[in-house]
Amino acid sequence: MHIVDRRLNPSGKNLSNRQRFMRRAKSQIRKAVHESAGSRSIKDADEGGEVVLPAQGVHEPSFRRGSGGGIRDYLLPGNKEYIAGDTIQRPPSGGGGGGSEGSPDGEGEDDFRFALSRDEFVDLFLEDLELPDLAKRKVVNAEAMVWHRAGYSVTGSPANLALNRTVRNSLSRRIALRRPKPDELQALRDEIEELNDGSDEERRIRLEAELARKVRRIGLIPYIDPLDVRYKRFDPQPRPVAQAVMFCLMDVSGSMTEHMKDLAKRFYVLLYIFLKRRYKNVDVVFIRHTHQASEVDEDTFFNSPETGGTVVSTALEEMQRVIKDRYNPDSWNIYAAQASDGDNTASDNDKTAALLTKVLLPCCQYYAYLEVGRDSEHFPPGFIRRDSDLWQTYSTIIRNGAPMAMRKVGHRRDIYPVFRELFAKKQGAEAHAE
Amino acid sequence: MSTTLIKAERPLFEGADWEFSTIQRCHDAIEKVALGEMGLDVYTNQIEVIGTEQMLDAYSSIGMPLFYKHWSFGKHFARNEAMYRAGMQGLAYEIVINSNPCISYIMEENTATMQTLVIAHAAFGHNHFFKNNYLFQQWTDANGILDYLEFARDYIMSCEQRYGEAAVERLLDAAHALMSQAVHKYPRKRTNDLRSEEKRERERREHDEKVFNDLWRTVPGKDNTRSNPTAEEQRKALLQLPQENLLYFMEKTAPRLQPWQREVLRIVRIIAQYFYPQSQTKVMNEGCATYTHYQIMNRLHAKGQLTDGAMVEFLQSHTNVVFQPDFDDRRYSGLNPYALGFSMMQDIERICTEPTEEDEQWFPHIAGCNDPMNVLRDVWANYRDESFILQYLSPRLVRKFGLFHVLDDSNEPNLRVEAIHDERGYRKIKQALARQYDVAWNSTDIQVVDVNLAGDRRLILHHRALNRILLDEKDARMVMQHLADLWGYDVLLKEIDPATDAVLKEHAASPRPGIVKIETS
Repeated sequence: MHIVDRRLNPSGKNLSNRQRFMRRAKSQIRKAVHESAGSRSIKDADEGGEVVLPAQGVHEPSFRRGSGGGIRDYLLPGNKEYIAGDTIQRPPSGGGGGGSEGSPDGEGEDDFRFALSRDEFVDLFLEDLELPDLAKRKVVNAEAMVWHRAGYSVTGSPANLALNRTVRNSLSRRIALRRPKPDELQALRDEIEELNDGSDEERRIRLEAELARKVRRIGLIPYIDPLDVRYKRFDPQPRPVAQAVMFCLMDVSGSMTEHMKDLAKRFYVLLYIFLKRRYKNVDVVFIRHTHQASEVDEDTFFNSPETGGTVVSTALEEMQRVIKDRYNPDSWNIYAAQASDGDNTASDNDKTAALLTKVLLPCCQYYAYLEVGRDSEHFPPGFIRRDSDLWQTYSTIIRNGAPMAMRKVGHRRDIYPVFRELFAKKQGAEAHAE
Repeated sequence: MSTTLIKAERPLFEGADWEFSTIQRCHDAIEKVALGEMGLDVYTNQIEVIGTEQMLDAYSSIGMPLFYKHWSFGKHFARNEAMYRAGMQGLAYEIVINSNPCISYIMEENTATMQTLVIAHAAFGHNHFFKNNYLFQQWTDANGILDYLEFARDYIMSCEQRYGEAAVERLLDAAHALMSQAVHKYPRKRTNDLRSEEKRERERREHDEKVFNDLWRTVPGKDNTRSNPTAEEQRKALLQLPQENLLYFMEKTAPRLQPWQREVLRIVRIIAQYFYPQSQTKVMNEGCATYTHYQIMNRLHAKGQLTDGAMVEFLQSHTNVVFQPDFDDRRYSGLNPYALGFSMMQDIERICTEPTEEDEQWFPHIAGCNDPMNVLRDVWANYRDESFILQYLSPRLVRKFGLFHVLDDSNEPNLRVEAIHDERGYRKIKQALARQYDVAWNSTDIQVVDVNLAGDRRLILHHRALNRILLDEKDARMVMQHLADLWGYDVLLKEIDPATDAVLKEHAASPRPGIVKIETS
């Protein structure tokens, strides 16, 4: 008999089967991922976890008997009341007497649920997407300085003294200039001491002269010369900023329905996951506005109703204030996504445009405007039926080449295409950039 | 067997912890009981300790330690893993492989008692059954299976490299769909080689000489000209039609498959054939293993090698395994093969040692013979589920289980109770239950009946729809599509009522390009 300990065998033996399965069910998994993302909170949207696939997509068929018709025999245990010849009412399909039936391999045909790792989840979610060229350039430009060690210099502050290097220089200089060593002096002194009894006067005088010369030489050649001293040198090096803040602006006035808010949320979730993949820290700031704006937490943002007019510029002002307080554009990448049904008080349009172009856009990496419509008035993305106030205002800004994008969305299924459209890899440009 | 009952042996272990020396000790003690007292005959054991992930791995590849790669195994792994993580499903304590040496996997988190139980159950119970049952001897080659699986894995991997993963995947999908129609149900007749042919000829001649009587020549005989077989009959004979092993037929006959594709089909077919005995002996196999572990554990306890605590733990686990909920219980999901098999074997033991009058009447050949192990060893070697139940299900057990037979005829408004556990019902119930375990009765009877290779090459199959139960339509359509893809020409499946030969339903499919090149006309 052998006992073999297999616990130490490499794990993940099934990985390649899993990959094959994922590839096989890719389109379905992708769909499931997007659906499950919609129901999560923004911050943990990219946590990975369980998705549910419809069973038939990865179904393995076989010739098996159907579930209805024909003559069937059942043998059941636990008879209590029946005697031969009794009739039993046919149970509604699938229950009672049909117990010995069931799918042939013992596996149910219900939906198929399984867990995705975080990476698998995000990969599927963001397949083929890339930050737009524009934002990419900005990312490289938006730099912070970091000090790196860069060799030695002859000047510097005492705190940066490079002791090893200094002593090494001093040693080589002392050797080169033949500075007498303390041992040599001591040896001479000892010998002179021995000769003090007058045995060899001539030699004693010669030795004393040599000792005097050497002592003088020590005085002339310093142990450490200013020439030897070296300091550690530091160079400033630019480093791309690895943190981003995402502003979610939303109109919460009465005209925004639950459906519209849901659309906006889905867009925010996508943007959050997308940014999260690129930046280590992503802060999210929620600003809602009616005729006045305030910063709120996520729950309030999506769920608590507000009434009032619609003045978009208030939200922009609030965003400006938050940026000034907490997110210095030099050290933060700022992204903003605004969702609205397009209404704005007519008198406010000019102010909004001015705020955007003069103050916000210069410090933003990217500004996305999402105009959400009612489900019923569905139109293909990009197709414009009647331009809203805000749409018209923003169109002018974009025409002047600002880092801004806007789209209209009427139905849930459009969110993802629109998002992809905004961030899809531009292949021609990509080739240029590389 | 000179076992004087010494109650003073030291326990094999105390508490739940175990180490490798414990397992060795338990194995040796069990071996003594199993081989010495019960007279079991087993392959050499190899016990492998594995963790959770490896157990899930083994689940997804039908328990085999190595297997080729296919997405469906990834699917099963993902499903089992999700269920396990959600706590909806526990894992088996062991998995045992019909190979020589016999490999049993035991889980690392089992307690020492469980490890002992598992070794008794798998490494001796199942092992004995694998080695001795006639079906396994007939259909499987325990010495070669691991080598074959390794060959299969490497061959399919090399095909993937040469022809692309997509091509191999399509082929395997099709082959897997036909896997349940890929077994030879009866051993084929081997064609004799020249030497045995010669010998047979010689024997015949000798026999003829011995019984020669010239009188026979004078008796007027029948006209000896057999009618010439028609072209259709000749064609069918050449292709060995009708043929129920669809994958075999594809492998040998499909006109457009590449040699490597035939080899892959062969691999799937051979693996299906390897598992064929297991599906016919579920009740017996589990019953044998459960009976064995129950005997062994009790013996060990009697000898003082198991502590009382360990015994209680064992009994609790054992009771869970052989629990049979009633049909109206929420937990009911069919007859539990462990419960049925174990009860029947215990019942045989009882009949051998303490027969009642009823037993004398029903089982005269074994009642009171007082050597239950001999009877059981014979049963384990020579029966499968169907014949076992037909032979040995005693009236007492029918009463104990409260078995009753319900007939569901879709033409009648109500279900009817055909038989219950009474004098008139025993035999009926026994036959009906045995039939439920008869593969020939249970599996769908689908056969290739005709194809004209010289003509349009359309493949015609028949499904003899027993009791008018038709195939599941959606699945049938998908499998037919796979079949057409392999065949490369149109295929047609007719569902036939065997009573009247009326065609109940037809499924047709045309090939898609992918597996073989399709001519576009």
